[in-house]
Amino acid sequence: MIYADNAATTKMSQAALDTMVSVIQENYGNPSSLYSIGQQARETLEEARAAVAEVIGAQPREILFTSGGSEADNQAIRSAAEIGQKAGKKHIVSSAFEHHAVLHTLEKLKKEGFEVTLLDVHENGIVRPEEVEAAIREDTCLVTIMYANNEIGTIQPIREIGDICRKHGVLFHTDAVQAVGHIPINVAEDRIDLLSASAHKFHGPKGVGFLYARKGIRLTNLIEGGAQESGKRAGTENVPGIAAMAAALKEAAGQIEQNAAKTVQKRDRLIRGLSAIPHSALNGDAARRLPGNVNFCFEGIEGESLLLLLDDKGIEASSGSACTSGSLDPSHVLLAIGRVHDVAHGSLRLSIEGNLTDEEIDYMIRSVTEVVEYLRSFSPIWRDLESGKKPHIL
Amino acid sequence: MALYSEKVMEHFRNPRNVGVIEDANGIGEVGNAKCGDIMKMYLKIEDDIIQDVKFETFGCGSAIASSSMATEMIKGKPVAEAEKLTNQAVAEALDGLPAYKMHCSVLAEEAIHAALEDWRSRGKTE
Repeated sequence: MIYADNAATTKMSQAALDTMVSVIQENYGNPSSLYSIGQQARETLEEARAAVAEVIGAQPREILFTSGGSEADNQAIRSAAEIGQKAGKKHIVSSAFEHHAVLHTLEKLKKEGFEVTLLDVHENGIVRPEEVEAAIREDTCLVTIMYANNEIGTIQPIREIGDICRKHGVLFHTDAVQAVGHIPINVAEDRIDLLSASAHKFHGPKGVGFLYARKGIRLTNLIEGGAQESGKRAGTENVPGIAAMAAALKEAAGQIEQNAAKTVQKRDRLIRGLSAIPHSALNGDAARRLPGNVNFCFEGIEGESLLLLLDDKGIEASSGSACTSGSLDPSHVLLAIGRVHDVAHGSLRLSIEGNLTDEEIDYMIRSVTEVVEYLRSFSPIWRDLESGKKPHIL
Repeated sequence: MALYSEKVMEHFRNPRNVGVIEDANGIGEVGNAKCGDIMKMYLKIEDDIIQDVKFETFGCGSAIASSSMATEMIKGKPVAEAEKLTNQAVAEALDGLPAYKMHCSVLAEEAIHAALEDWRSRGKTE
């Protein structure tokens, strides 16, 4: 089996698993309790906070533990909106291909009277800093742009955007769920005010994540009911999950450059191989993308069929087709980079790790090539394209 | 739980009656690429009997399985019987489809009806 859906979730690392089990078994106290095992759990929690903070260049007190990336996104945006509202600023700048945790929160804010500008991400899937600057107004309270896109892996010019936001005194949030643990991030150098991350994307457990909020930014609670997390997130802390997340992140950060270099090599081998399939196209910028992300569109076929047949060949991947999204529309990310519906339905995302062998990469190339060819052999769209009845798009 | 029944997967992996009938006398195409499903049915009808049927489908697993099952259900049958084919019958024969995939069985029914309609209209002009 080749697991090629690491952007969806990752396998927990041994270090994370060991940490989690040991905390569950031996360190089960409530961090709010004053007796020894409670204080021991408190210590574990604060060590995890310090470890997470160090990896992204933050202070421990700037880290708030959450249930994952979506909660962190919601809380970051809600908080910035509330700060903005108090100052009479109700305009937010974002991009068209953000994660739904961001887009749906923005939709809700629109109903509460906020105005939202969604920037174009262009054909290469990259936001242009000068367009961020042009979109900022007197009443802009927040710019929220993801660090790297979850579907096509394109890495955004975060530092440039951060500089612009700082210059204009606008808060800058980035959904870094796909980036943390995969590429080096430093919140101070990148001028990031708020950052969201999720443990299970970097070999930690599911159901845990964190929000970085620069010192001085007042957070709005999503969950009321206790003094945990400096009063900003009620509920007994998920100590085993948090400790495991810290262990996973430390491990990932310790070998981030080597891992990225190894993974990029595999990624580019895969991209080269799949590019040989006629009437196919890589989605998103070829160079400015996450080390493990490969995303293609193949004309004349539909993504779900492709995934099912690849699964039969032992390859686990994902697609942005409508049938895999449970709606009639294909992925908003692919539409945002200008792929038309017909082509967007035939998309494939392979999110790989650097530990795959060249043989495994070549097997993936062969398998995808075979399946695409097979599905095209009885596709009425492909027939129309090949007979010249309709022009090829790719 | 698997996404699809074993029957759906079996028809998806080994679709029956795939391809084109060069001298078809009834052709129906339904769906559109925008929504991600297109089905094309080719019929060869002689003496009001469906002698041969083939399909081409662009779509998800359940669309391909529905096309395959629908062709099996009408092959060798009188036109009058094929006209009565419903999407429910196709879905049932596949041991059910997930609710949000029922439209795939609807497309199969519509594709067959469109092909029969085409055959009938040719009869009028020929």
